[in-house]
Amino acid sequence: MSKVSESEVRAEVREWLAANWDPEMSLVEWRSKLADSGWGMPQWPKEWYGRGLPVSLARVVDEEFAAVGAVGAAKSGVRLLAAATLLEHGSDAQKKKFLRRIVTGEDSWCQFFSEPGSGSDLAGATTRADLNGDFWIVNGQKVWTTSAHHADYGLLLARTDWDAPKHEGMSYFVIEVKQPGVDVQPLKQMNGHASFNQVFFTDAKVPTENLVAGVGDGWKVAMTTLAHERRGADGLSTPSKRGTRQGRMHAEERAELEVANQPYKWYPQRAGRVDLIIERAKETGANEDPNVRQEIARLMIMAKSAEWTARRARAAQQQGRPQGPEGSLGKLAASNVARACARVHTMITGTEAMLTGSESPREGIIAEILVSVPAVSIAGGTDEIQRNIIAERVLGLPKEPRFDTGPFRNVRKN
Amino acid sequence: MSATEQSRPEPSRRIRFAFTDEQEQFREAIRRFLNDKSPTTEVRRLMATDEGYDPAVWRQMSDELALPGIHIPEEYGGSGFGMVELGIVMEEFGRALVCAPYFSTAVLAANAILNAGTDAQTSSLLPDLASGARLATLAVTELNGSWDPSGIEVIASPDSDGYRLDGVKSYVVDGHLADLLVVAARVPGTVGSEGVALFTLDAKSGGVERRPLPSMDPTRKIARIDFHGAHANLLGTVDDGAKTLARTLDQAAIALANEMIGGTQRLLDSALDYAKLRVQFGRTIGSFQAIKHKLADMLLDVELAKSASYYAAQAAATDDPEWPALASLAKATASETYLRIAIDTIQLHGGIGFTWDNDTHLWFKRAKSSEVFLGQPNYHRELLMQRWGV
Repeated sequence: MSKVSESEVRAEVREWLAANWDPEMSLVEWRSKLADSGWGMPQWPKEWYGRGLPVSLARVVDEEFAAVGAVGAAKSGVRLLAAATLLEHGSDAQKKKFLRRIVTGEDSWCQFFSEPGSGSDLAGATTRADLNGDFWIVNGQKVWTTSAHHADYGLLLARTDWDAPKHEGMSYFVIEVKQPGVDVQPLKQMNGHASFNQVFFTDAKVPTENLVAGVGDGWKVAMTTLAHERRGADGLSTPSKRGTRQGRMHAEERAELEVANQPYKWYPQRAGRVDLIIERAKETGANEDPNVRQEIARLMIMAKSAEWTARRARAAQQQGRPQGPEGSLGKLAASNVARACARVHTMITGTEAMLTGSESPREGIIAEILVSVPAVSIAGGTDEIQRNIIAERVLGLPKEPRFDTGPFRNVRKN
Repeated sequence: MSATEQSRPEPSRRIRFAFTDEQEQFREAIRRFLNDKSPTTEVRRLMATDEGYDPAVWRQMSDELALPGIHIPEEYGGSGFGMVELGIVMEEFGRALVCAPYFSTAVLAANAILNAGTDAQTSSLLPDLASGARLATLAVTELNGSWDPSGIEVIASPDSDGYRLDGVKSYVVDGHLADLLVVAARVPGTVGSEGVALFTLDAKSGGVERRPLPSMDPTRKIARIDFHGAHANLLGTVDDGAKTLARTLDQAAIALANEMIGGTQRLLDSALDYAKLRVQFGRTIGSFQAIKHKLADMLLDVELAKSASYYAAQAAATDDPEWPALASLAKATASETYLRIAIDTIQLHGGIGFTWDNDTHLWFKRAKSSEVFLGQPNYHRELLMQRWGV
């Protein structure tokens, strides 16, 4: 691949946008142009709807799109995790079938990994896939599936060999969600929202050509998906902004994002809303109570320190230094901050913290914080698992003893 | 490598979240020196002496590393670095639990003179502190233990050629050693922070009576100083006194926070080493989840306290308007973390952690004295709230 410079890329994308960008096109029509030209996912390979640019130059392309207000490729939800996984492990036929419609947004995706019986222990999955002629037949249950109710395809981790050790007996499939054997039910949370689904598979069918990589490679492939998820490649960590730009395409994009972002509406409350603490203390007069002042100070110190710790990790990375321990601590720090927020919000709010809904403080936001914070220390890896990871990978302490070796058939399960 | 041999850093107005390569090299040089000069055997030897430091090592850290003047401008004989480099020195000193009159001379007294002194005063007083030739300290607290200027009761009465000091200072760090005393006192007929100013005098002047106090932390010596009409000079002006004292104490809080995180990391390292070594029930105790999780939480606390202490030093170095608030923030969190990690480290060692022969108590006692020195965490949290306008 010949090296291209930033200014060359800038000039090229500007010229292409000048010739092609038209906000009155339909979203799919425009994104088809993005797929054909490779400008939608410039860091993807040239042969697969990209332009083979390094990530640093892909950012330049994003800047140029933003400068003229052009809509980009579909990026919300799980679709980019699916794409990253298929680009690494998929067959050419799979890439041909799925990648283009990921870029155009015509297909949306979900992820069937967690199960009621395997949460922290993802590799303990017991949803099964049995080969029968040209199809794998899937039975079992998945849970915490965001957006399954409107997804076209799911990334499925299922057990195909019960005599192999736990991590070696799983395979990875692309499954069509809209079929008779797949029953999607909303999962209502303690805060009243239903951001996720539980999904029941009863003799659901997967054509053999939808097996990703080989039989028994499921764990390895799933690791790719999870690595991209951690890197934030799914875009969930920074929900796209809904602009106010005029034009048919912008309206279509807003509608798309409205649906895609729906499950995450309560996430700011889940994180504890440290940004509201001082404002609330002043508006309630709780800032005059010396005990509350102490608790506010404790919380703000923790939150600021966590923020600076994350910035230290980024700065070290930018200087090309090896990641220090500060890089692994963000999730645990965020849990502590959220919990402290819920406690201090309660102190500040006083008896009114018994209320919920639109008549309660800040039109229910405070109440929602109080009932949403317990999710933070669970979602995406419990605090306990985080502590194990920190202890083993950062501090070099011994790994947990294993009781799940040998044929998976014999391993104790829920 | 001497700090003076390094090129001066570009003055930066931007807060940095990583140390520069030059700063890391500076840290390495100090750490090598202290590994050699301040092993725990030396700490134990020196803490049992009345003076509490080794004059030969002090000379070396002054002559070879130029540490006492690290943050003092070159025109006054220092190296001209800033709060970040001073923070690095403090962190390494805290790690090694160095017994030396550094905090008193370089942090408290030198900063007080820099902040308050007239050009003539800084020119005449600082070179001897920068070179390590003279020891000095700042006396703020009295028998009432208050770090707030309103608690100052020592009276400085004007007379024909300066001022006369009357009253008692206590908890004065290295007060028994200092050649030069900087004293916070108030002019007659004032209350609150009004009328509080800084005064200098030779510690051997008439009317000065010094007595070492039995300090729980034997690595940080403190003294009581009685003044009976001792002759002193006003440092700077009375009008600016409270402001320059506050600035000096804020700088000291940041320096102390950085000292504390050095000690905290040392404690965590020792807890971790022991958890990997100690066997009970046929396995290393570090393989038990109860211990693993405790150590993971300790690491998080240590890193958060480091981030706060580094950030406060950066803010002061770049003259960020928020830096006094951040000084209180860093002091509050570093001192709570230091003590908590010290207690956890003792706990992790089990019975042996409570013995005199085990080194943990040396850092525990430094953590305890640091928790109280310059104001307890509650005091600084309240200051933080006030400074943030809450």
